[in-house]
Amino acid sequence: MIIDINFIGLIIASIMASAVPLILASCGELITERSGVLNLGVEGMMIIGAISGFALMTVTGSLIIAVFGAMLAGVLISTIFAFLTQTLITNHVATGLALTIFGIGISAMIGKNFVGIPGKEFPVLFQGLKDTIPLLGPILFGHSIVFYFAFALPFITSYFLKKTKIGLIVRAVGDSPESASNQGINVKLVRYACILYGGAMSGLAGAYLSMIYTPQWIENMTGGRGWIALALVVFSTWNPIKILIGAMIFGGLTIIQFHMQAIGVRIPVQFLTALPYIVTIIVLVVISRDSRKIRLSTPSSLGKSFHKDN
Amino acid sequence: MHKFLIRSFVSSLVLLFTLTVAAVAKDVKAAFVYIGPTGDHGWTYQHDVGRKAVEAAGFKTTYVEGVPESADAERVLRQLANSGHDVIFTTSFGYMNPTNKVAKEFPNVKFEHATGYKREHPNVSTYAARFYEGRTILGTIAGTMTKSNVIGYVASFPIPEVIRGINSFTLAAQKVNPNIKTKIVWAFTWYDPGKEAEAAKALIDQGADVIAQHTDSTAIVQMAEKAGVYAFGQASDMDKFAPKAVLTSVENNWGPYYVDRVKAVANGTWSQKDTWHGIGDGMVVISDLDSQMPADLRSKVKKLQADLASGKVHSFTGPIYDQKGNLMVAEGKTADDGMLAGMMTYVKGVEGDIPK
Repeated sequence: MIIDINFIGLIIASIMASAVPLILASCGELITERSGVLNLGVEGMMIIGAISGFALMTVTGSLIIAVFGAMLAGVLISTIFAFLTQTLITNHVATGLALTIFGIGISAMIGKNFVGIPGKEFPVLFQGLKDTIPLLGPILFGHSIVFYFAFALPFITSYFLKKTKIGLIVRAVGDSPESASNQGINVKLVRYACILYGGAMSGLAGAYLSMIYTPQWIENMTGGRGWIALALVVFSTWNPIKILIGAMIFGGLTIIQFHMQAIGVRIPVQFLTALPYIVTIIVLVVISRDSRKIRLSTPSSLGKSFHKDN
Repeated sequence: MHKFLIRSFVSSLVLLFTLTVAAVAKDVKAAFVYIGPTGDHGWTYQHDVGRKAVEAAGFKTTYVEGVPESADAERVLRQLANSGHDVIFTTSFGYMNPTNKVAKEFPNVKFEHATGYKREHPNVSTYAARFYEGRTILGTIAGTMTKSNVIGYVASFPIPEVIRGINSFTLAAQKVNPNIKTKIVWAFTWYDPGKEAEAAKALIDQGADVIAQHTDSTAIVQMAEKAGVYAFGQASDMDKFAPKAVLTSVENNWGPYYVDRVKAVANGTWSQKDTWHGIGDGMVVISDLDSQMPADLRSKVKKLQADLASGKVHSFTGPIYDQKGNLMVAEGKTADDGMLAGMMTYVKGVEGDIPK
């Protein structure tokens, strides 16, 4: 096997590409959870985004309509969740699970007519610069716009939560909806907005899978990535930068274990396939073991319904 | 009172007569039980294409998709048998025991189980396809077309069907090119486009210039297209997904068998059978050969296809040795169906171990 510097660049680039849907969905869910809402429907919103993006691309032929349509579809389905949990005060966990089951079912129904249709090529940026710099060339250049957005998102999210007024309001609502409400903040409105934003990001993550990563539609094509995104949020202790690290480790080990298999490393394959899950959890637990910081960043009212009596 | 009795007797006679006529004239109804969703564009999808052929032949069909290979399968089968279906196709290996169990309770309903070997009751038949014949053709093409002499193979689960495919592919590839190396990567999924693409990418990054797959989605051929290497379609013709990469596809063609069997039920000629059809009977179909292949290779493949169909060539012709060098099939002999059905060892030349 040739281990040259470009080979490493190629591997890192494919790790990053596989981390994109996880980063998008996790960062979206992070905002939702920071406002105190636990939405377990990420997988469902993702698969709805995947079929909506693919269907719109096939029907309209426009990639822009398809990408924004997928985000809108994520918003629409999360509106159901928001209405149920915020207006009708239903249980977050049960409603989120129902949302996932609903999403998988309805995407399969819509998708019936889109099976076996090839996707379209999605344009990539800076393709020409790919070979100009060794190692960094394939990492930095020749990716889709969604790819670049995904890698900027954790930093934007971090800045938003720490430095902006709206970010502080979101955190206040998540930590103590009662006090926030007493300060005159419309808790329901903030939570609605955060849920819809999470839906948009999950929708985008799904569209990335069905339009860019593997341009096709088949049922259940998200393959549990929504659940991994959910787990990343918790194990990163609601820290967007750690989400980025976790997603890279997870994507990285999935790809590296394939490489190890191909090289012929004599480790049981089942162990190799379990590796991404085990190592990601261990690493995130280790880097997040400061209990004071965990208490600071954990939204105290996560998953609890808030109802203003008056 | 007397009048009433006669009247009810007559009316029930009439009713009975009508019912009997209805039963005789009734259309044959076929049911299909699927392991996956019909939208998987792979295994279940191809069975559903077969079901549509039955429908096109003028029979009524129903299907139940996503049926787990557990007690649920029994419930679904009993329900289908109870609701007037005459023949039920169970299209996954794990339905073997439920199929035989329910068949005992409904002796008048015919059961057709795919890829199994148990026929405990006279109303149970089994059928399977010799996909390994298709893989002999793919191996021949891969061995000829590779320049790097590294061939990638994305496998799903370590079961005889998949091992048989790897062996048949490797034997054929080595026959035309003794220098090739087959790198196998286990994805542990039948279809997860993301994972399949990642597995293919790893193989391509390690120098494989032809990729074979035993998973169902089109992600692998698309990845091959992007990377500029060759690949083969699985289960259906995948050429339109990757026109440059796909050299040919091995298609699962269940339609003719299904139509045959449903017709047999309608004619009353159905009897228990164990069917294992290959290229010769059209259950395994080789798609168009890509024009990127040199003309002499294409004619060689055509001839091989004809010879496999006629039985002149067998995918597993001795001498075949296992990885340790033990003789599996003696010179001049071919592997019997029993050996093929339970094949769980790699032949010589395949690298690595079968995951336990």
